[in-house]
Amino acid sequence: MANPMTPPEELLERIEKLRQRQKPRLQETTVTMVHGAGGKATHALVEAVFLEAFRNPILERLEDQATFELDGRKWAITTDAFTVAPLFFPGGDIGCLAVHGTVNDLATAGARPLFLTAAFILEEGFPMDDLRRLVASMAEASRKVGAVIVTGDTKTVQRGKGDGVYIAMTGIGLVEHPHHLSIANARPGDKVLVSGTIGEHGIAILLARGHLELEAEVRSDTAPLWDLVHQVLSACPSVRCLRDPTRGGVATVLNEIAQASQVGVRLFEEAIPVRPEVRGACELLGIDPLYVANEGKMVLVVAPEKAEEALAVLQEHPLGREAAIIGEITDEPKGMVLLETSLGGTRVLDMLTGDPLPRIC
Amino acid sequence: MKFIDEFRDKALAKGLLKEIERLSVGRSFKFMEICGGHTHTIYRHALHDVLPPNIELVHGPGCPVCVLPMGRIDDALTLAYTDGVILTTFGDMMRVPGSKGTLLDAQANGADVRMVYSPLDALKIARQHPDRKVIFFAIGFETTAPSTALTLLRARQEGVGNFFVFCNHVLILPAVKAILDSPDMRLDGFIGPGHVSTIIGSKPWSFVARDYGKPVVIAGFEPLDILQAVYLLLRQWREGRCEVEIQYTRVVKPEGNPQALRVMGQVFELRPHFEWRGLGFIARSALKLRPEFSEHDAEVQFPLPHLRVADPKACQCGEVLKGVLKPWECRVFGTACTPETPIGACMVSPEGACAAVYHYGRYSRKIRELIDLTALSNSEA
Repeated sequence: MANPMTPPEELLERIEKLRQRQKPRLQETTVTMVHGAGGKATHALVEAVFLEAFRNPILERLEDQATFELDGRKWAITTDAFTVAPLFFPGGDIGCLAVHGTVNDLATAGARPLFLTAAFILEEGFPMDDLRRLVASMAEASRKVGAVIVTGDTKTVQRGKGDGVYIAMTGIGLVEHPHHLSIANARPGDKVLVSGTIGEHGIAILLARGHLELEAEVRSDTAPLWDLVHQVLSACPSVRCLRDPTRGGVATVLNEIAQASQVGVRLFEEAIPVRPEVRGACELLGIDPLYVANEGKMVLVVAPEKAEEALAVLQEHPLGREAAIIGEITDEPKGMVLLETSLGGTRVLDMLTGDPLPRIC
Repeated sequence: MKFIDEFRDKALAKGLLKEIERLSVGRSFKFMEICGGHTHTIYRHALHDVLPPNIELVHGPGCPVCVLPMGRIDDALTLAYTDGVILTTFGDMMRVPGSKGTLLDAQANGADVRMVYSPLDALKIARQHPDRKVIFFAIGFETTAPSTALTLLRARQEGVGNFFVFCNHVLILPAVKAILDSPDMRLDGFIGPGHVSTIIGSKPWSFVARDYGKPVVIAGFEPLDILQAVYLLLRQWREGRCEVEIQYTRVVKPEGNPQALRVMGQVFELRPHFEWRGLGFIARSALKLRPEFSEHDAEVQFPLPHLRVADPKACQCGEVLKGVLKPWECRVFGTACTPETPIGACMVSPEGACAAVYHYGRYSRKIRELIDLTALSNSEA
C-alpha cells in the first residue's frame, strides 16, 4: 500500500470543496448530450457559459423563473424548450407538456399563469394532422389553467434536421403569493414534502419509445400545478421553497436546495412514494426513480410546525392524493443530500452525472 | 412490491445481521464480492453501513467496463471514426476514456456511435442500414457473451453481411485465479457472481475451495441476498467447512446453462492471453470469434492499431480492481478523478468501486471509520 497518503480528512474536504466550487469546470470542447440531461454537466454549462455572458442579479439566482417588480406588482417570467421524443406518449403529448412545464415553472414562484407565447420549429414533412392534434392539446391545457397564448413564431427546418416538432414557450404570471419562495430558504428542522408518486413521466417516455420491449402501464404525470400550489400557499404561507422535479428528478432538486441553502437534506427511502410499475421498470433498467423526471409533481420545503397542515392540503387536492413527507432539512453536512435506506444504512444521494436516460422533455 | 420487497425486508435483514454479528464475533473477516453488480447493491443500499465493523467487503474485478484496458478503447475509437461505420455499444462503455477521449466525445465529433440495450438492437440497426458497416463493441463476462453469440448466429443465418462484432468478452475464473495467486491478497472468502454463475454454474468454482481453501457463496443481487451470502460464508467458517455454496438458488444451477455454454462454444474460442486493466496479461482469460465467423469479426475485417496504452500515471484503478487499495486511497480519487471527469474506468461505470463510493459512500459512517483506520495504520507503519 505504498501510497503517499493525503490525510484522509483533508481528502474528503477537498472533494467537498470541489463539489461546492462556485465555478464548475466546463472542460468539454464540444456540446455532448450530457449537457442537456439536467445534472452536473448542465449546471456547469449554464454557469460557465450563459451566466458568465449574461450575468445580472436576477439571473444569478438561477431559479426556474425570474421575478421582477413592475407598477407596484410582482411578476414572474419563465421560458422553456421542449424536444421530447416520441411527440405523443401515454398521458400526454409535447403540446400539453409545453404548457404544463411553463405553467409549473411560474407556479414554483407562487405566480398565477396569465400569458404564454409559443414558438414552433417544424420539420419538413411533418403531418399536418399531428400538428393540429398537439396544438389542440396545447389550447386545451392553457384553457384549463386560465392562461392565454398571446403570440408566437413559426420556423421550418429541412427534413432530417429536427424531430418533427420542437416547441419553445415563455410564460408570464402574476405573483399572488408574495412571500419569498426560494431554493435558498431551507432551514434546519424543516420538512421535505413531495406532492405525489415520482418517476412516472421519465419512465412513460422511455417505455413509449418501444426500444426496451417492456410492457407496463405507466402514464406520464404531466399536469398543471398552479391550482395545487395556490391551495397550499394560501393555507400555509410559511412554505419556504417549491421546485418541480423535472429533468434530474427529485434527487437533483434536493441537491440544488441543499447547495443554495447551505444545509443538509436527509431523505427516508421508505417514505418516498413510487408506483409499483415505475419501481419495477426502474429496477429492470438499473435506474433510480429519484433521478427520473416528473412533469406534474412539486417538492416543497415547509417549516416543521406547518408540515402536517401542508400535507393535508396537498392530499385534499386531486393532484396531491399521494403526497408524503419524505425527509427533513439538517444542519450538516452542508450542501449534501443523504438517503437513509430501508435497511437503516445511510448513503449519499448525489446530483445526476452523465445521462442515464434519453431526452424526455 | 412483488419480487422486490421480499428481498429488502427489514425484519429479515435485522435477523440476518444479528446472526452475522454472532457468528463473526472475536475476529475480523475480509470477503471479496467479485461482481460489480454486488458492489453497486452494497453501496446503493448502504450495506457496508449496517454490517458489523469486523466484516469488510473488498471489491473485486467483476466490472466488465472497468477491466478493459485503454488500448482496447482506443481500438474502438478507431472503429468509430472509420468511414461508413456505425459503432454500437452499451451505455456504460460510452464514457470510459481511452487515450484520446471517450466514445461520447467521438459521437460529439461526428462519429456515428449509438447506445444499445442488447446486441440484437445492433443487428436490427445493421438490417436498417445495409449501406453502412455496423459494429457491436461487445463487452462483458460470461453473462453477456451468450447473447453476443446468439446474435452472431442469427446474423450469419440471415446473411446480414454488414454486421460485425468487436469482441472483448472476458472470463471471470482466470481473473479470480490471478487474484488468488497474487501475494498481497488476504481474503477469507468470496461472494460469487450470480449472473455469471447462471451461465457457468457453480461447479467451475470448486477449485477456489479445493485448491486455495477459500469458501465461495454464489449470491443474488438484492440486499438480503448479499447479507445471506455473508451469513453463509461465516457459517462455513464456524462449522469448519470450505466449499462452494449457492445462495442464489432461484436462478443458479450447479451445471449452469448448458444451452448458453453450447452456443458460446459454437461461436467463440479462447484467446491465448488478454490484457486486463490492473491485472496485466492473463492466459486464456478472454474470448475471440472462431475463424468460421471471421467475416463478422471486426478485428479481422478492420485495421486496428492494437497498441498497448499505459494507464495514466496517476490512475490506480489496477490496485483498486485487485482489492489492494480502497477507492479513497487512490491518489486521484475525488480530486482529479470524479464521475464527471473520470481518469480511470472504476470511476465511470455504476458498477465501478470508485464511482460507487463517490456517489453513495462518501458520507457513510463505516467508510469514515475505515478511512480513519487506514490513516492510523499508515502513520504507525
